[in-house]
Amino acid sequence: MADVLDQRSKELRRMIVRALAAGKRGHVGAAFSVVEILRALYDDILKYDAKNPRWEDRDRCILSKGHGCLALYALLADKGFFPEAELEKFCASDGILGGHPEYKKVPGVEASTGSLGHGMSIGAGFALSAKLKEQAHRVFVILGDGECSEGTIWEAALFAAKHQLANLTILVDYNKQQTYGAIAEVQGLEPLIDKWEAFGFAVGEVDGHDIDQLRDVLSMVPFEPRKPNAIICHTVKGRGVSYTEGNLGWHHKARVSEAEAASLLAALDTE
Amino acid sequence: MRKTSLDMVQEMALRDPRILFIGSDLGPDTLKELKVQRPKQFLMEGVSEANIVSMAAGMAMEGWIPYINTIATFLTRRCFEQIVLDLGLHKTKVRLIASGGGLVYAPLGPTHLAIDDIAILRTVPNMTILAPCDADEMRRLMLLTPDVDGPVYIRLGKGGDPVVSRAEPACEIGKAILLREPGDALIVTTGVCLQVALAAAAELGKAGISAGVLHCHTLKPLDADAILKHAAPVVVTIEEHILIGGLGGAVAEILLGAGRAPRFARIGIPDAFADQYGSQASLMARYSITSENLAATVTRLLNQTHK
Repeated sequence: MADVLDQRSKELRRMIVRALAAGKRGHVGAAFSVVEILRALYDDILKYDAKNPRWEDRDRCILSKGHGCLALYALLADKGFFPEAELEKFCASDGILGGHPEYKKVPGVEASTGSLGHGMSIGAGFALSAKLKEQAHRVFVILGDGECSEGTIWEAALFAAKHQLANLTILVDYNKQQTYGAIAEVQGLEPLIDKWEAFGFAVGEVDGHDIDQLRDVLSMVPFEPRKPNAIICHTVKGRGVSYTEGNLGWHHKARVSEAEAASLLAALDTE
Repeated sequence: MRKTSLDMVQEMALRDPRILFIGSDLGPDTLKELKVQRPKQFLMEGVSEANIVSMAAGMAMEGWIPYINTIATFLTRRCFEQIVLDLGLHKTKVRLIASGGGLVYAPLGPTHLAIDDIAILRTVPNMTILAPCDADEMRRLMLLTPDVDGPVYIRLGKGGDPVVSRAEPACEIGKAILLREPGDALIVTTGVCLQVALAAAAELGKAGISAGVLHCHTLKPLDADAILKHAAPVVVTIEEHILIGGLGGAVAEILLGAGRAPRFARIGIPDAFADQYGSQASLMARYSITSENLAATVTRLLNQTHK
């Protein structure tokens, strides 16, 4: 794992903190965990047109762990799907960016998520549609590791394998922590790679904060011509600031003070 | 009614490539013609209703019009959050064809009795709820379903129900049909209880009581204008559904909300799980969802009015 984040990863986190400060709340740990996964997708992999978010031939990307939406908002703002000033209205009554992303409100958001266990099935529907219509675009769905406890994930996995949805790629943000504590203690997932393989997926495994690794593995999908893909991304919850990393206190933070936000920004500048 | 509904999906899918049938784990002969002629428009996806509903939402967002069919209880109770969020919130054009609405599966017990489906789905914004009274009306309503914006729930009766609907007036989603002019009383009904209502009205007519019959094949949006227009000094509702959250409560809300207070009664299923098997008819009788009880209720309320 890269010890020090590069300037782009730090700047994306600064955008997250600015939105967090504006809304005075947010899932910091979940957002910091998924930044590089989203960055690799939006910088190097996905086809899209920020000025025409519903462009028919775009790749579809669903953040099924919707509570990580601050990271998605930072990427979408950075790419011009909406003005960066929207981040300053995070969770505001006149804003479009809520604590979970909404399909009908936010340009670039492909599905309203927030209740876990929905995004993969919706993405499987997108992927089957593309296959039946012989369209070339692809579908990427980012799952939380805690989310993998939901039964619908595995219903969708059966479905994706049956229909040989090689155009569907699941990325698991595997930071190994959930709200209450360690995944291994709350509801263990291991052996996670074996599970996805047993469900008929071709599986990759990367450091989920290493842009080069992410870009390389995402460039290789489909791993096999007739199998859906799963990529286990090993991440650190709260990655980017020493005192948020692995700190369950930052999974979700309400009443974020100006001093706390300033401290996060300072840490991103100096660490 | 179920056969008509599925035949209609097949008929419409054969001429409209957007229409797609999705079953869970249905009989081996289900829509064979569609499967052979349009294999891309026929899916059978196993006992995984929650995934089916969300996946269908994804397909609807890509321009398809999926019609999902399975047993009503599994399509409503099990998938409620998928229905609320992926169909309601996303306002997707997914159609839920619910087999065994009401007490149809009486021999199979409480797990299969869809007696709360209307109450559950009435709470979902953007949802349209249909409960046709017979196969002919099912056909007329099914033809309208592809054009409805947002999700549609279609409640199926047992099948072989007597045909009591008429082709005229033209069938329109959201518009109740007056099958008998009110005088002393109005009976408001939905689904196959229309048959019960018509029988009761005929009996009452013999006794010199003019009871109108208003049939609400659409439970959401409910036709408040027709209910208020035809409300008589006595209003009685009858439905094959629990009294909590069903047609009767909705009619009461409309009447009271408009400042109307007729003599009023609801006939339906009490707040309890079924304690018997038997048949749809025997459970209907156990809950007094009968023409005899309906006629007696109208008469009792009329007598109260006349005091």
